[in-house]
Amino acid sequence: MALNLRVWLTACAFSSAVFTSGSVALAAGSSAKAKPVRESAAKAAEENPRGLVLSLSCTSCHGTDGKSVGIIPSIYGKSTEYIEASMLAFKSGARYSTVMSRHAKGYTDEEIRLIAEYFGRLSHNKK
Amino acid sequence: MSHSISRRDFNKLLVTGVAGASLGIFGTSTNAFAASKRVVVIGGGFGGAAAAKYLRKLDPSISVTLVEPKAAFYTCPFSNWVLGGLKTMDDIIQTYTVLKNKYQINVIADVAVSIDPARNAVKLKSGSTLNYDRLVLSPGIDLKYDAVAGYSEAVANTRIPHAYQAGPQTILLQKQLLAMRNGGRVIICPPVNPYRCPPGPYERASLIAHYLKEKKPQSKILILDAKDKFSKQALFKQGWEKLYPGMIEWRSSVTGGKVVKVDAPTMSVTTEFGVEKGDVINLIPPQKAGRIAFDAGLTDATGWCPINPISFESTIHPGIHVIGDASIAGSMPKSGFAASSQGKVAAAAIVRLLQGKVPAAPSLVNTCYSLIGPSYGISVAGVYKLTAEGIVEIPGSGGLTPLNADADQLSEEASFARGWYNNIIHDTWG
Ligand SMILES: Cc1cc2nc3c(=O)[nH]c(=O)nc-3n(C[C@H](O)[C@H](O)[C@H](O)COP(=O)(O)OP(=O)(O)OC[C@H]3O[C@@H](n4cnc5c(N)ncnc54)[C@H](O)[C@@H]3O)c2cc1C
Repeated sequence: MALNLRVWLTACAFSSAVFTSGSVALAAGSSAKAKPVRESAAKAAEENPRGLVLSLSCTSCHGTDGKSVGIIPSIYGKSTEYIEASMLAFKSGARYSTVMSRHAKGYTDEEIRLIAEYFGRLSHNKK
Repeated sequence: MSHSISRRDFNKLLVTGVAGASLGIFGTSTNAFAASKRVVVIGGGFGGAAAAKYLRKLDPSISVTLVEPKAAFYTCPFSNWVLGGLKTMDDIIQTYTVLKNKYQINVIADVAVSIDPARNAVKLKSGSTLNYDRLVLSPGIDLKYDAVAGYSEAVANTRIPHAYQAGPQTILLQKQLLAMRNGGRVIICPPVNPYRCPPGPYERASLIAHYLKEKKPQSKILILDAKDKFSKQALFKQGWEKLYPGMIEWRSSVTGGKVVKVDAPTMSVTTEFGVEKGDVINLIPPQKAGRIAFDAGLTDATGWCPINPISFESTIHPGIHVIGDASIAGSMPKSGFAASSQGKVAAAAIVRLLQGKVPAAPSLVNTCYSLIGPSYGISVAGVYKLTAEGIVEIPGSGGLTPLNADADQLSEEASFARGWYNNIIHDTWG
């Protein structure tokens, strides 16, 4: 199990920058190019695949694409800078929360940046 | 081959993120660069519905078929709120209309009866066969009725419900509570680990206590536990003392909590210490992966399905992704939140695999809110990452509502529990 995982993990794209170089090579020969751009989630995912995967953790409470339908605040529509600053403040404890600081502590600053960029870009793409 | 990878090398590889193509892992798959992209999802609960929706959302060129026999899915989350009189059954119904119409998922009301991993085919009860390029399985749990002498599905359906799959079972338990006399005794029997929703039985005790305190205040609740400790224990006990003093008694396994036998005609249970009679008995038996997982040979000796946690692909049958309660997901609990999170992560991985690309390293998450009273909420949160040891909780993250939290925080958490429900339902079925 551990052995298998090692191989998989090394194969896995861990940062968007590194990923891009891998995906360029891989995309040649695939038909991914023909995809319609109308889905902005799909587009944001193309641009920042790791940010997308991380963002999926947020949407269970904050709504699909960060658009909340209840009392929990939306992430959608907020800027990259605002989201990043909020997450860092939750992480350090500078900003009060019930549950967010417990979540924010689970991400590196770089991951927080990727999440913030993903949602920031998603809001921007829609405009 | 990679026996020789040291921890240092491993970390270095994580940082540099060598693409999978160079290792030849994904390039050899018959599914990479596939002209057709057909995914079949079995089970339209928290895991399956989320996977189906996100497959279509992330790559509209994939055709997705969802197999689920029920037209109306009652969620287990908030079913305890129904027992407490805070919600109705109508409040917890989900349907597949949006998945069908907005996400153009082919929803088939049927039961998958067998899977042929060699031919990539699923056989349905109606007799037809579905072919797939990748299969997602989220069948939830089956109950081990025979683990307690005298218990059976027939007993569960008539006298002693488990109410651990929401629907008719919830309605039966609610009817019994409504019919019970003031001064009656409710016995709740939680199972050994692992089971779905570790705090579920204790939230249930709390919300039944809420109902009884309002309508039948002489009544009592006895929890006969097969375990010696339970999820959010200190928080629950503090809440019970504050809101329901003297009403709820919890007996651990070593102090006579373990139920070995039930007798429906006399409405009694036998523990290692003696016989206890109840006006209402809620027995939650031990659990295992849903039946189709066994029939398809996807389970191991534990009765659950081993998976590769990057994509939730079965380590037994490649091409089949098992998510939700049925999977062995490291230190993640079996919850609707976890199932939905896994469904989305598996969907994102499948999208990339079908495009012949490398999946991005996931992060997984869970938050379980429990309500002790209408404005008294507590939570446990966890953020999970992959390491060479599998899915582990990130040290320093996650954790519980603090003990002795003030009334404002507890009330805020109760509001967020409602907010969470609205959003996860929408994120999964809407
Ligand atoms: C009382 C209670 C309270 C809970 N509260 C919470 C909570 O507050 N928060 C939380 O996160 N979790 C909670 N849970 C846990 C949550 O309900 C489960 O963890 C979650 O439902 C698991 O999702 P799943 O997709 O694995 O299975 P399910 O949601 O059970 O879905 C499985 C689906 O598969 C279908 N199926 C099975 N076999 C087949 C087949 N062969 N062919 C076709 N379809 C099939 C079934 O009909 C079912 O609809 C609670 C559970 C209980 C019992």
